[in-house]
Amino acid sequence: MAATLQFPANVSSFNNYNDAVPDWTQREVSTGTTIMAVEFDGGVVMGADSRTTTGAYIANRVTDKLTPIHERIFCCRSGSAADTQAIADAVTYQLGFHSIELDEAPLVQTAASLFKDMCYRYREELMAGIIVAGWDKRRGGQVYTVPVGGMMTRQPVSVGGSGSSYIYGYVDSNYKTGMSKEECLKFTAGALTLAMERDGSSGGVVRLAVISELGVERQVILGNQLQQFSTA
Amino acid sequence: MSVYITFTVERLVDEIFIHNLYVEFIIMERHNSYSQVKGVSTGTTILAVTFNGGVIIGSDSRASMGESYVSSKTINKLIQVHDKIFCCIAGSLADAQAVTKMAKFQLSFHSIQMESPPLVKAAASIMRELCYNNKEELQAGFITAGWDRKKGPQIYVVSMGGMLLSQPFTIGGSGSTYIYGYVDAKFKPDMSLEEATQFSTNALALAMGRDNVSGGVVHLVVITEAGAKHIVVPGDKLPKFHDE
Repeated sequence: MAATLQFPANVSSFNNYNDAVPDWTQREVSTGTTIMAVEFDGGVVMGADSRTTTGAYIANRVTDKLTPIHERIFCCRSGSAADTQAIADAVTYQLGFHSIELDEAPLVQTAASLFKDMCYRYREELMAGIIVAGWDKRRGGQVYTVPVGGMMTRQPVSVGGSGSSYIYGYVDSNYKTGMSKEECLKFTAGALTLAMERDGSSGGVVRLAVISELGVERQVILGNQLQQFSTA
Repeated sequence: MSVYITFTVERLVDEIFIHNLYVEFIIMERHNSYSQVKGVSTGTTILAVTFNGGVIIGSDSRASMGESYVSSKTINKLIQVHDKIFCCIAGSLADAQAVTKMAKFQLSFHSIQMESPPLVKAAASIMRELCYNNKEELQAGFITAGWDRKKGPQIYVVSMGGMLLSQPFTIGGSGSTYIYGYVDAKFKPDMSLEEATQFSTNALALAMGRDNVSGGVVHLVVITEAGAKHIVVPGDKLPKFHDE
């Protein structure tokens, strides 16, 4: 570029491209992402991509966005990396304390409520979309979604993050009630692969976690092992 | 801040009959948008897919004004620019109509001069010239699909700034974001007519289910060597998915 227009550093907009200052010094770290969770009979399958971006720079290409909150409760994080990490830490502490008081494993709904309370109370300051999923003795596998703004609702299948827009059609058409664990894993991996192919802020590897009465199993599907879809 | 404007929209082209009445609309300030709202906009879902022997072009049928008023439930966004060449439009309805009206005229003139049916690429190129040379004023994108003797079934995308691209299938409009995953997974080259029809209907139904500015009925036009056939799938005949 022959000439650059100088903009003040605190203006953040997609059109303010200034070669003199690198993009990542002006942008917040964001897990622009694709996250997903599905209930099956006996547990839940959770999945996420692994890309964290600071503007156009990929700050971490092997991020783990599936964060343990308790032994059989995990959350998938999307939005601002700092905000979601802080909320997850706070909820982990609160839930641990609650579980000790109760002297038994906490309910997934309790974890989701704690996320919701924090996300709603500080909704002006925060930018966090979280999916809480896990297994408890009372209701089995459950998925709760707490999107930006602080609503909470239980859904059999939930997708979130910037890449989720591209896979609503795929999820709507491919989800069936009563899928087995293997079918859920294939469904989740397929959906995440499609989203990663279309969304610039999602990519890397697919991380999966299966939570059931027996515990937590984690898997990673590397880039070259992802399912190939025929595209134009 | 809001501005009230009252005007009459008249019959503009034969294929698209919108309103013949006084319409009042409000221009709303959208703090995240850099562009001005330009009147009636087809928040929409459009697609085109080639199959073995032809091409299917399809769209929903909703036209919206502002973000919450459906100004037409049954508009046909598939415009015939020649016997076997159709266009579908996304973006500002007025801009799209003006461009297609001009393109239709130029194409028929070209076809008479050449003494043969026009190529699909010729139709797409005319739209591209118009879009590129007037890119400041216009806000419309097109999918041109059709059949010609030279290359058979083809699809060309003319985007808002004036890019021209040929693709085996394509989706567009606001509702298309929700079905990228679905069409990536389900498209196969050289499908049969039945498979392609099912694919298009499903994709449009899924997009209409998630996008609030797409809806109504599904319009499909099947273009083959034999000609063009228009199919309408009404709301109650659309495929249903697990949560409906």
